[in-house]
Amino acid sequence: MEGVQVAGIYVRDQDEALDFYVNKLGFRVHSDVRNGPFRWLTVKYPGQTDFQLGLFRPGAPMVDDATAQTLDAAVAKGAMPPLVLAVKDCRAAYAELHARGVEFTQEPVERYGAVDASFRDPSGNGWKLVER
Amino acid sequence: MNELTEAPLVQDPRLLRRLLRAKDRIDAASHENWTVARLARVSGVSQAHFARAFRQAFGTPPHRYLLTRRVERAAALLRETDASVTDIAFQTGWSSLGSFSRTVRDVTGMTPTELRDRTIAPPALPQCYLRAAERPDLKIAVSEKRRRAAAVTPASHHEEE
Repeated sequence: MEGVQVAGIYVRDQDEALDFYVNKLGFRVHSDVRNGPFRWLTVKYPGQTDFQLGLFRPGAPMVDDATAQTLDAAVAKGAMPPLVLAVKDCRAAYAELHARGVEFTQEPVERYGAVDASFRDPSGNGWKLVER
Repeated sequence: MNELTEAPLVQDPRLLRRLLRAKDRIDAASHENWTVARLARVSGVSQAHFARAFRQAFGTPPHRYLLTRRVERAAALLRETDASVTDIAFQTGWSSLGSFSRTVRDVTGMTPTELRDRTIAPPALPQCYLRAAERPDLKIAVSEKRRRAAAVTPASHHEEE
């Protein structure tokens, strides 16, 4: 094995998510392929060559409408698993992202020698910014 | 039945996202005075609908959720700092030591001092996850919990321990 290549999150609107992850967080589009109503959309971080973050809509053909509705609700309630972005300087990253309108749920706090902060994407997915 | 007051079976994700904003604000500053009016404003929902919508979304009424978060934070401060119980009570959002102690006891079954003395292993997990794991599980109203406790005689309560 060579490691994780793609891991995805569910978003409520792929155009909105694309705008957020690219224009606010600084990701670049890796793949954006459509097949009927299905859209395979992944972004990657410049410099991180081998990992793509998928921005997916729950829906056909993978899940039925009722399941998609449940998944959309879970995302919007902040019930999806935590996501972590590594940063060199959390306070600087916070200042920059905050100025771009990112919705922070926790300002930078120092805990046990490292600073972390939290924000959400428009859909409700929760990210932690952690210094390393 | 008035249709307008009936909560829909499935909540719109856009509404849920706005309700999550209120929950996030409680999480970020549980010591603050979170009235229904203020939380409803954060969510962009009418005051009349907010509490029910929040409860439907998160399984607990907003006030109970707030109390749970405050008790959780107070418990952490009791264990991790040397601040006095009174200081911690005010720091975590209570306006009197009496109501703080009573709520802590009703929620956790322990007095603030007992909570403080309960030692736990050093954290191997990030604090926020550790605290979430220890979050008091408030499934009933504090007032109901008090009522039930009052129905138990001191003698039988002792035997249960």
